[in-house]
Amino acid sequence: MTRQETAELIPFDDVVASYDPALGLEVHVELNTLTKMFCGCPTEFGAEPNSQVCPTCLGMPGSMPVVNGKAVESAIRIGLALNCEIAEWCRFARKNYFYPDMPKNFQTSQYDEPICFEGYMDVEVDGETFRVEIERAHMEEDTGKSLHVGGATGRIHGADYSLVDYNRAGIPLIEIVTKPITGAGAKAPEVARAYVAQLRDLIVALGVSDARMEQGSIRADVNLSLAPKGSGVLGTRTETKNVNSLRSVERAVRYEMSRHAAILGLGDKILQETRHWHEDTGVTTSGREKSDAEDYRYFPEPDLVPVAPSREWVEELRATLPENPTAKRARLQAEWGFSDLEMRDTVGAGALALVEQTIAAGASPQAARKWWLSELARRANDTGFEIDALGVTPEQVAAVQALVDSGRINDKLARQVFDGLLAGEGTPEEIVAARGLEIVSDEGALSTAVDNAIAANPDVADKIRDGKVAAAGALIGAVMKEMRGQADAGRVRELILEKLT
Amino acid sequence: MTDWIKKTAAELADALAAGEVTSVELTQAHLDRIAAVDGDATAGIHAFLHVDAEGALAQAAASDERRAAGAPLHPLDGVPIAVKDVLTTQGLPTTCGSKILEGWVPPYDATVVRRIKAAGLPILGKTNMDEFAMGSSTEHSAYGPTRNPWDQTRIPGGSGGGSAAAVASYEAPLAIGTDTGGSIRQPGAVTGTVGMKPTYGAVSRYGLVALANSLDQAGPVTRTVLDAALLQELIGGHDPLDSTSVDQPLPSLVDAARQGATGDLTGVRIGVITELSGDGWQPGVMARFQESVDLLVKAGAEVVEVSCPTFVHALATYYLILPAECSSNLAKFDAMRYGLRVVPDAAKNGGLPSAEDVMKATRDAGFGDEVKRRIILGTYALSSGYYDAYYGQAQKVRTLISRDFAAAFEKVDVLVSPTAPTTAFELGEKLDDPLAMYLNDLATIPANLAGTPGISVPAGLADEDGLPVGFQVLAPALADDRCYRVGAALEALLAAEWGGPLLAQAPAVEEIR
Repeated sequence: MTRQETAELIPFDDVVASYDPALGLEVHVELNTLTKMFCGCPTEFGAEPNSQVCPTCLGMPGSMPVVNGKAVESAIRIGLALNCEIAEWCRFARKNYFYPDMPKNFQTSQYDEPICFEGYMDVEVDGETFRVEIERAHMEEDTGKSLHVGGATGRIHGADYSLVDYNRAGIPLIEIVTKPITGAGAKAPEVARAYVAQLRDLIVALGVSDARMEQGSIRADVNLSLAPKGSGVLGTRTETKNVNSLRSVERAVRYEMSRHAAILGLGDKILQETRHWHEDTGVTTSGREKSDAEDYRYFPEPDLVPVAPSREWVEELRATLPENPTAKRARLQAEWGFSDLEMRDTVGAGALALVEQTIAAGASPQAARKWWLSELARRANDTGFEIDALGVTPEQVAAVQALVDSGRINDKLARQVFDGLLAGEGTPEEIVAARGLEIVSDEGALSTAVDNAIAANPDVADKIRDGKVAAAGALIGAVMKEMRGQADAGRVRELILEKLT
Repeated sequence: MTDWIKKTAAELADALAAGEVTSVELTQAHLDRIAAVDGDATAGIHAFLHVDAEGALAQAAASDERRAAGAPLHPLDGVPIAVKDVLTTQGLPTTCGSKILEGWVPPYDATVVRRIKAAGLPILGKTNMDEFAMGSSTEHSAYGPTRNPWDQTRIPGGSGGGSAAAVASYEAPLAIGTDTGGSIRQPGAVTGTVGMKPTYGAVSRYGLVALANSLDQAGPVTRTVLDAALLQELIGGHDPLDSTSVDQPLPSLVDAARQGATGDLTGVRIGVITELSGDGWQPGVMARFQESVDLLVKAGAEVVEVSCPTFVHALATYYLILPAECSSNLAKFDAMRYGLRVVPDAAKNGGLPSAEDVMKATRDAGFGDEVKRRIILGTYALSSGYYDAYYGQAQKVRTLISRDFAAAFEKVDVLVSPTAPTTAFELGEKLDDPLAMYLNDLATIPANLAGTPGISVPAGLADEDGLPVGFQVLAPALADDRCYRVGAALEALLAAEWGGPLLAQAPAVEEIR
């Protein structure tokens, strides 16, 4: 262990007291085109390994790429949504380096001629707006996926052998790169998270990607550097890869800020390197050193002709853009009657689209917000899943609320229905039936239970008879206990008062 | 008995149509010839790396059946052909003359091969070549050199020496070559055959294992200009699998060849390139070239001298762009998915060898010296800090060369030069002197850099050594027809002087079987 590795992390508040952080985010978006970037292979997620391959995406001798027009269209739409300029003429370039999961040992990407450049996105954190400037968004192909077998960590070191799945090789990617984001100070971790969250919402609204971070269809690399407070310079950065949830984006920034400060505190220099994020332990570890010696020998891809989108086409695509996210949030807040705080919490939890869809499926705005932000956000946090990856759909949430509205279950029973949904026990209706959760509306059974409660608690019954109506709560509790919660508490109260007053 | 193997492809097509011969008979005759003269790495022409007798005869039988059934046929249906081993052939080995692809059987056909099969031409086999098409002598084949049918101690040119020698020694009436800096035309010149490099993009490169993607072009290797035109019309045309393929029809090449064969070039303006002559050009080559120019004048052409000053930089430009592209192209040969895999001694690596160890060992064992030389050159030329000075600068000179062509074609319809500065040199003569070898492509390289078409047709034998000389006709992009017209005219005029084709003057190839 080096002294840098053992240096004690600096508490976050102390970091921001002494340093200005600069962020840079590189987000890879896997497009949901039906076929790959440069060949006709299907792109479906989760297929048998190496079943969606052909000579081109396997890099066989003699094979040639052909650009997927739909991917170019998606790239332009993303660029327009990010207020970018769209290149009138641009080329693909080869990025040369050796790696077994890269079939040609070069990645077909774009270098100094990206299709989209010079844009921005306004990001809101705690009611404050930060403008994140976009340097570029370019097209490229994904690599295959290595699986390292044997060894404890699943990493290449210590593995007995490695398997490569080339199904992912050649899937279209758009890489969106920000300019350095400065001035966020203590809010840097939240700005990073909010940027990725808002970018994801934008991608969802554009319909160009599945946008599932846990499946890797959106992947973020987080660049971070610290500079002495007020110095106005940029420090040496590290690039943290493999940050695959919104929560991790925030945590990784926070961690790297503390780690950088610890090293700078020793009087040492930050090593410019790639680091790996570990979701489980919440730390980053050193990857390969990313020195200036790394040379990808970029040059224009001679097998492809330049991409030259006509201005007419660009304008046609501009007309297909969804509503601007900021304007949309304002509209929805007004429609739903949410307070500023409620709206901010909804957006911050990454639940805006989920709430919107739940309302569209028939739930009231407040009910939709309540379930997603209290119940389901808590469960997402407990299990470490993103809220949209829990496995509960907006339609199901709306169905649960419909059961509450019809009086067949109450909020407490609804939580059990969510347990069932998370356990994969079927539809809300099926879970209510299978678990026997329905509120008993049989007046006879309820009346008997009330009689039993009165008989068992004569003192309480006397108090009620004496006019102390508030004491009814104890009897209601007893009845509910006997009914295993499956009774309408309001009706129980009515019955008790009827019988005793 | 008719000696079918001496016939041109056009004659064979007519004989098949007239029912004078079957495709099976023709194919068998060529297979017999291959068996008699081709030999192997140690003796014989060695034009072929793989002969597919079974497959060719099956394709021939199918052709005969189609003909018997009265189906509409391509004019060349049933005429056998040889294919350079740089084009992928489904089910048939494709090595590119390299050990690194030894044993690889591609799962797919190159577009050129697919079109040949669709037209019904039986594929006799795959022809020898310099490793990954790097060379001008076929001596860089990892499987041993091809020998020139005119003199088996001489080189057959390269990289496509196999295709040219196969056609020159009557092992095949037609062959496919590829031309990155002259690999179709220079072998044509030194073997007394016809070689045509079409306009860049006129023939699909899909399935052509890339040497330098921006320079490579597949084309016909034949004994007559008409046969070349017939073959280019078959293999050419737009291919959606190759983004760089030209999506517009060329003027009829066969018509141009027929028109040229009348020997009338009235009104055709021809430019002799000043820069492609002088020191280092063999006197016998220049003599035959000049006589050919005089013949064209007699045929009615107007001949002027045209200067293309940047052509003197073509070789240097080429040897930056080509290695740059090929250093990247050849990275895929890493033992992970196909081809050779050399696993280094585990003990040396303290246990299991890593993927990187296997890649290194495989590339070290699988690539020859010339390939390694160019990978190193190209890697250097693309390195950051050197890119602008080398690759970037080369691209600028490339533009200037294209401008020289454009300016010249304002004044003339075609440009002409000797195809190569010398006749066939001796095997081994230039093997240890890469620069001397590179100089052989001086006259052919400009057309690759500019993407324009060029043909080489036989111009006679040099006085010094009695070996064939090639005459090159260059035309503007998409004007391939002009190469065929002027080439066919020269061919007809010379045949009238000689009383037959140049190849009739070649010594008989010794049967070694």
